[in-house]
Order: sequence, then C-alpha cells, then structure tokens
Amino acid sequence: MKVDTEFLSALKLGGEFDARLCINCGTCTALCPLGVELMPRRLFRYALLGHREGVLGEAETIFSCLLCRLCEANCPAGIHIAENVRTLRTVVNRDVYGLAEA
Amino acid sequence: MPVPIKSTLGMLGDNLRKRKSALPLRRRAVTGWTHGLNIPRGGETVLYTGQMWQMVPAIDAMSRQLAKYEGRSSARLFSVARSMNKVLNLTPFLARTSARERAAFDERLRNIAKLLAAAQVPFGYLYEDDLYAGGLAHDEGLDDAFRVQAQRVADALRRHGVRRVITVDPHTTNMLRSVYPTVVPGFDVQVKSYLEVLAERRLRATTKLGETATFHDSCVYARYEGVLEEPRSLLKEGGVTVLEPEMSGKLTFCCGGPLESLFPGKSAEIAKRRVGQLSAVSKRVVTACPLCLANLKRVAPADVTIQDVSDYLVKAYCPAPVPT
Ligand code: SF4
Ligand code: SF4
Repeated sequence: MKVDTEFLSALKLGGEFDARLCINCGTCTALCPLGVELMPRRLFRYALLGHREGVLGEAETIFSCLLCRLCEANCPAGIHIAENVRTLRTVVNRDVYGLAEA
Repeated sequence: MPVPIKSTLGMLGDNLRKRKSALPLRRRAVTGWTHGLNIPRGGETVLYTGQMWQMVPAIDAMSRQLAKYEGRSSARLFSVARSMNKVLNLTPFLARTSARERAAFDERLRNIAKLLAAAQVPFGYLYEDDLYAGGLAHDEGLDDAFRVQAQRVADALRRHGVRRVITVDPHTTNMLRSVYPTVVPGFDVQVKSYLEVLAERRLRATTKLGETATFHDSCVYARYEGVLEEPRSLLKEGGVTVLEPEMSGKLTFCCGGPLESLFPGKSAEIAKRRVGQLSAVSKRVVTACPLCLANLKRVAPADVTIQDVSDYLVKAYCPAPVPT
C-alpha cells in the first residue's frame, strides 16, 4: 500500500476530518440505510493511512452516502461521519474528476 | 452502476456558476407562486424559498429521465450533454414538468405565506433575488462553486437590507443557518424555519381537523437543525393525532431523496423501505420537506396518501374565505 503524504495533508486542510477517533465498533455500518455498501470504517482507514488509490477507488461509495447522519446519531465516538464523507467528495471531485475550479 | 457521476456533477457546477442555480428555472417558475398574494418586495424580514419547492418537480422529472440511463454505459452521452449544457441550457429539455405538478408544489408556498399572514408575521419577498442557496453543490463536495453561490445569496440579502429570513424547507434552513456563517465572512442574518416562527407565536387553530396521520421527520430538520417538536405541536393544535413510525424524531430514516440524481435505483429502494415503515402506522403520511414529499410519493402505493405539513396547517389555521 502506498502512503501519499500530499493526500494526507489535503485531507487535513479539509479541517473537519475527524475519523481518527473511530473505535471500529461497526455501529454505523449496521444502521446505515445503504448497509454494507458504504463502509465508513474502511473508507476512513484508507483516508487516515493516506492510501490515495484505496479512497479514490471507492468513488461510487463516497457519492452514495445520503448525508442523513443516522450513523452519527449512534456513533459512540461522536464522529462527524457525514462531514467526513463530504470532505472525501471534495477530494475526489478535485483529484479524479477535475471539478475543482470555481 | 450509477449515472456517470463526473458529468452529472459537472453539469450541476456549470449551471451554478453560469446560471446561478442547480436547475435554472424561468423567472415566472420561481416567483409565479406569489400571484395575487401581494407580498411586498424586500424588507427586514423576508420569506426565502431558495427555489427548492419550485425546483423539486423539475428534479423529479430529470431523475426520471436519468433513471433510464442508470446501469447502461452512457458515460459518453452524459459527457456530450455536459459540453452542450455549457453553451445551451439543457435543463428545460431534461426536466420537463407538467403545469399541474408545478402548481401542486407552488400551492405549498402559498399555504406557508397564508399561514404567516394568519400569524400576523410581517414579511416581504425578494422575487428575482430569491436565489438557490447551493445545497446540492455543498453536499456533493463542489465547494468552490458553492462558495461563489453563497456569496451571491449573502450579497443579495445585504443589498435588500434583510436582517431576518424565514425559510420554507429544511435544506435551505440548514444552508443559511448553519453553513453560510462558516463560509461567508460576517454573515449574521437570523434564520428560522416557518414552522419555528409559527410555533413561537402559539397560533390557535380555527378548525380542529380531527384527523390521524404519521409524521415523517426530514433528516435535515431532525438531525441537523433540531426542528422536531414544532411540526408536531402545530399539527396537534390543529386537531391532528400524530402517530410515530418505527424510526422517528432524531432517529428518523431517510427518504432516499439525496440519491435521486446520481443513483435513482438506490434512492427508490430506500424510499420504499421508508414508505413501508410509515404506512404500517397510518396510510396518511405527513412530510415537511419538498424532497421527502416527492421521493416518497413516487413509490407510494395508491392507498397511501402523502401530504405536506402545510396542507394540514392551512386548513386548521387559515379561515376559509367566505364564498361570494
Ligand atoms: S459508529 Fe463511529 S466509532 Fe463506530 S465504527 Fe462507525 S465511525 Fe467508527
Ligand atoms: S450519513 Fe451516510 S454513512 Fe451515515 S447512515 Fe447516512 S448514508 Fe449511511
């Protein structure tokens, strides 16, 4: 697995990315209306490890989140899951789709 | 496979940048709902629609079009559509709606204006400056396009000297109240949903409806903005017995609406699950968001009636005009 430090710092620039507090309990996945297809734990791990390809390869998953926050309402670590997903979207838009320019 | 994400988001960004809306509508489609209501232009307090109610029938029509392409290899078609859309606004072709659908959604805005008038809340309207708040661009992570739009909206409010905004849907409420202050320096306009404004006034119903219905909380009102009690207390005072479905209040279950444009198939599956939970309690369902209303309605069986909260409130709180 390749760690991409530039990718890591881009995520930090997102400010709100707080997935490092995740304790891997699985509550979010169990409650998510999209079920197994959306895995905050796996996605967030990739992101925290700077595994750029891992994150970017999950573009479809990243864009399927409803931002409904049902997971957050039950997350014992109080992680801002939806905002983290949104941050990953900005990264995919910029790095994969080239949609950043205003 | 979803519809091609890049081209669909690209079109959204292009529309926002060039045409100041996710789905550019003709002026009459935005402001036509005010016809005959004599709402003054501007003022310190304005009713702000952010074009959501006006846009939903078009989103609905567009997603029906897009659903035809879901699962097909249509990347090329979409990328051609995006390039064309840059020069020529394709939206009216992709999002053709019937006058009847549009009128039904406009009626909810009229309901809300009548309710505020019944509560003696003075308010104006910005007409052509009632711009889209940019929620979709924010949610999809198109931050640059979103910031530009947020600044446009903030400038319009400042130009008109607006101090207080009354919103009519959860998404615009969330954008203006919770997101704008983080992206527009010095944004300090007070933002309240009409449900909060009406509940604060402790308005008394003129008619007790004597109906029973199950309430579907919008995720954004319930978990982002804490608007939970207001619609319930207004319905109860109006004589509606409010039943709670499995998954309600802070633990509400999404209507699937946010996936409508990129994953219409998944969106419909989630909507069906939600309609199942709601209709298990009552065949009459009340929503408080135009997206929830459209998304749940699309998949609801014929014996389930889905209506907006304002449909009930207007009957309970606004005395019917005396026939002449
Ligand atoms: S619920 Fe919270 S702590 Fe548990 S796995 Fe999900 S993100 Fe991590
Ligand atoms: S916010 Fe996203 S990850 Fe969380 S429950 Fe909703 S769809 Fe699932």
